[in-house]
Amino acid sequence: MANLTINGKNFTLDVEPDTPLLWAIRENAGLTGTKYGCGIAQCGACSVHIDGVATRSCGVSISEAEGKKITTIEGLASGSTLHKVQQAWIAKDVPQCGYCQSGMIMAVAALLSEKPKPTDADIDEAITNICRCGTFQQVREAIHTIASA
Amino acid sequence: MNKHVSAKMNRRAFVIGTAAVGTGLAIGLDLPFGGPAVVRAADGSPEVNAWVVVRPDDTVVIRIARSEMGQGSLTGLAQLVAEELECDWSKVTTEYPTPGQSVARKRVWGDFSTGGSRGIRSSQDYVRKGGATARVMLIQAAADEWKVLASECTVEKGVITHKASGKTTTYGKVAETAAKLTPPADVKLKDPKDWTIAGKGLLRLDTTDKTTGTMVYGIDIKLPGMLNAAIKDCPVFGGKVKSFDEAKVAGMKGVQKVVKVGDSAVAVVADTWWHAKTALEALPIVWDEGDNAKVSSETIAKWLAEGLDDAQPAYVGNKNGDVKTAMAGAAKKIEAVYNYPYQNHATMEPMNATALYTADKCEVWCGTQNGEAAFAAVLEASGLPAEKCDVHKVMLGGGFGRRGMTDYVRQAVAIAKQMPGTPIKLLWSREEDMTHGRYHPVTQCKMTGAFDADNNLVALHYRLSGQSILFSVRPEALQNGMDPAAFQGVAQSGEAAFGYAVPNLLIEHSMRNPHVPPGFWRGVNVNHNAIYMECFMDELAHEAGQDPLAFRRKLMGNHPKHLAVLNAVAEKIGWDKPAPQGVYRGIAQVMGYGSYVAGAAEISVTDGSKIKVHRIVASTDPGYVVNPAQVERQIAGSFVYGLSALFYGGCTVKDGRIEQTNFDTFNSMRINEMPKVEAVMVPSGGFWGGVGEPTIGVAAPAVLNAYFAATGKRIRSVPLRDQNITFA
Ligand code: FES
Ligand code: FES
Repeated sequence: MANLTINGKNFTLDVEPDTPLLWAIRENAGLTGTKYGCGIAQCGACSVHIDGVATRSCGVSISEAEGKKITTIEGLASGSTLHKVQQAWIAKDVPQCGYCQSGMIMAVAALLSEKPKPTDADIDEAITNICRCGTFQQVREAIHTIASA
Repeated sequence: MNKHVSAKMNRRAFVIGTAAVGTGLAIGLDLPFGGPAVVRAADGSPEVNAWVVVRPDDTVVIRIARSEMGQGSLTGLAQLVAEELECDWSKVTTEYPTPGQSVARKRVWGDFSTGGSRGIRSSQDYVRKGGATARVMLIQAAADEWKVLASECTVEKGVITHKASGKTTTYGKVAETAAKLTPPADVKLKDPKDWTIAGKGLLRLDTTDKTTGTMVYGIDIKLPGMLNAAIKDCPVFGGKVKSFDEAKVAGMKGVQKVVKVGDSAVAVVADTWWHAKTALEALPIVWDEGDNAKVSSETIAKWLAEGLDDAQPAYVGNKNGDVKTAMAGAAKKIEAVYNYPYQNHATMEPMNATALYTADKCEVWCGTQNGEAAFAAVLEASGLPAEKCDVHKVMLGGGFGRRGMTDYVRQAVAIAKQMPGTPIKLLWSREEDMTHGRYHPVTQCKMTGAFDADNNLVALHYRLSGQSILFSVRPEALQNGMDPAAFQGVAQSGEAAFGYAVPNLLIEHSMRNPHVPPGFWRGVNVNHNAIYMECFMDELAHEAGQDPLAFRRKLMGNHPKHLAVLNAVAEKIGWDKPAPQGVYRGIAQVMGYGSYVAGAAEISVTDGSKIKVHRIVASTDPGYVVNPAQVERQIAGSFVYGLSALFYGGCTVKDGRIEQTNFDTFNSMRINEMPKVEAVMVPSGGFWGGVGEPTIGVAAPAVLNAYFAATGKRIRSVPLRDQNITFA
């Protein structure tokens, strides 16, 4: 049994302590917005916030996540108001297949909370998610739109 | 019907889909007043025709048979229907008919296959007619009600007006009546220059759920009582399962069953996928790897190299003049040998499918590029007839050609069949996905060019050796053994025609099919053919001491459309002006999927091995542009995919199996490596070309030619990582 706080809610989950957080989120908590892409912390599809820090949840075990504040893509909006990154993603039509975008959005949201006006170099350094569809130029444009708002 | 604009609807549709078993169809016939039959959608709204349902609140539901995998054709097709329908775009929503429904209605929605950049170009005609026909019927219904002539009525954004009497009504109000009318035999389609919805860079219809985590992909399917399966297929293609020791994992947490899948794979079924995967890794499996275990990249390369020898048999794909004689009399000749490796699709979402099998029905939920092929696979794997099967399509987390195959669908059904009544979600690990792909085929190419004394190209011999996709995937499409698709981009004529006039030309293919299964991989045979031809064209230009653009132009007089896109990129990148200090340019053109494309790159190189791509310009003439914003995204995305393959891709074979197992060894470009792609669209009209694939062909050669300009070194082998060349 593990106690997790996800999107402000407490979950008591029947999982082994070495279960990757990704799978506890998807299969035990039932929040499937966080995606599996590689399982080895390479692609970023599984990115969530742990105490506000963008983290690849496939590389974090349940025991490491206990007692921390976990936010997934489902918890990014405040009530019915979408987060500014989600709004910009819609306005700029960023996603193609969309599969990488939960992780991309979580990574960008964390970057912007740290650096509200990131330079291209800041973006290059912080955003290392794989997008096989190749949405990078829309991602960059949307980040700059948010920063200049 | 699985609706994909709202995930909430999506889930409800799943429930309906599961509850409405027996009929399997959400559509029924309704004879309310004994009049003509009205076909109704799941919510009871009338179908004006198979493509258009109008709800009483004026919402227009447009049916889309082709699959959405990120390429945007869901939105583009809806734009084409809405354009002819003259409805209010803000009230448009879409849904997928299922293949089972289509088969039950004599394939009223036509072809479901979504590959070859055909989603829009192969269905634009009949979907536009669907929209136009519905418009005529809706207007007729209003005119009948008002007892006026339909020709006196006009429509704008779904509001019908009879000017003389001042009467107005809406599509939602007349849809019931319209649905009972006999459709007009013929309708006139709009001239694209009059388009107001199509041709515009409208926002996609499927974005919001992709930003909130609510979009449902195959991996996200949840059904009551569902179990999860992890699978291992024999690591050597063509091998078999000899034995496995189920007892070793039977007691592991969550494990329900260990099953053999076909004769080559084993799956563990558990409560969660994590448990299934953990147990599968602990499961002792003995494989019968067979003779293919002796094959390696080296043995394949050796076999392909033998095919470059003119003494070996080859299929001729394009020919004029007499190359042999012209070569013999030439003033000068050059020769070069290139190669291109296997590539995995590496869709962001690994392969998966969910299947529910009972004695009298089999349903599958999955992302597929070809609903009908998946449906056929379900029939075959379940052994049940069409009326007892269906496939519910969901959003694809990438396709790129991989999800046109049905191997994962068959596996899911084979597992579910061993656990009747229990829905089974089969998910491949990334490792399974990387090592059991349907790979971009492996090829080599020897090219010889000959000049006369005035440095005119008088002969070109292009000898391709390597794997045929059709031989493995669609053998019935071979022509007397020849794979016509092998000549994509260098073909005599058709949708992938060669763009140069060379007086003596011979383009041939020595087919050699290693055991690694090939598949259609975004751009397909255009990828290597464009690298070979366009890089060698560059070599020929330098040999002749001429500018690569000027050299090409001289050979392209008879190919004005090829030339127009080449000129468009040259102009945009400023070919006639010097590049910035330390920056070098490369250029390339090709035709594929009915579209003419060209690309140019500006790069700088540090220490001969660190490449920075500063600028990319890409041009396309696809005939018509249905949504310029989406075309721009497809062009940019094709460069990310093509350059990822050039720099980081390449799958190698050792002991009969693929060596790369995840993104650590099969990497993909990141945002810091990719410049903005400047798209130049020059649609010339009169034909319909594809968009998702063609431009990938020019991505690699443009960069490789720029690398030569920068370093004086030719790279004739992909990927660059094997030569220790990477991004700066
Ligand atoms: S799934 Fe976690 S980084 Fe790829
Ligand atoms: S949008 Fe498809 S992988 Fe990024």
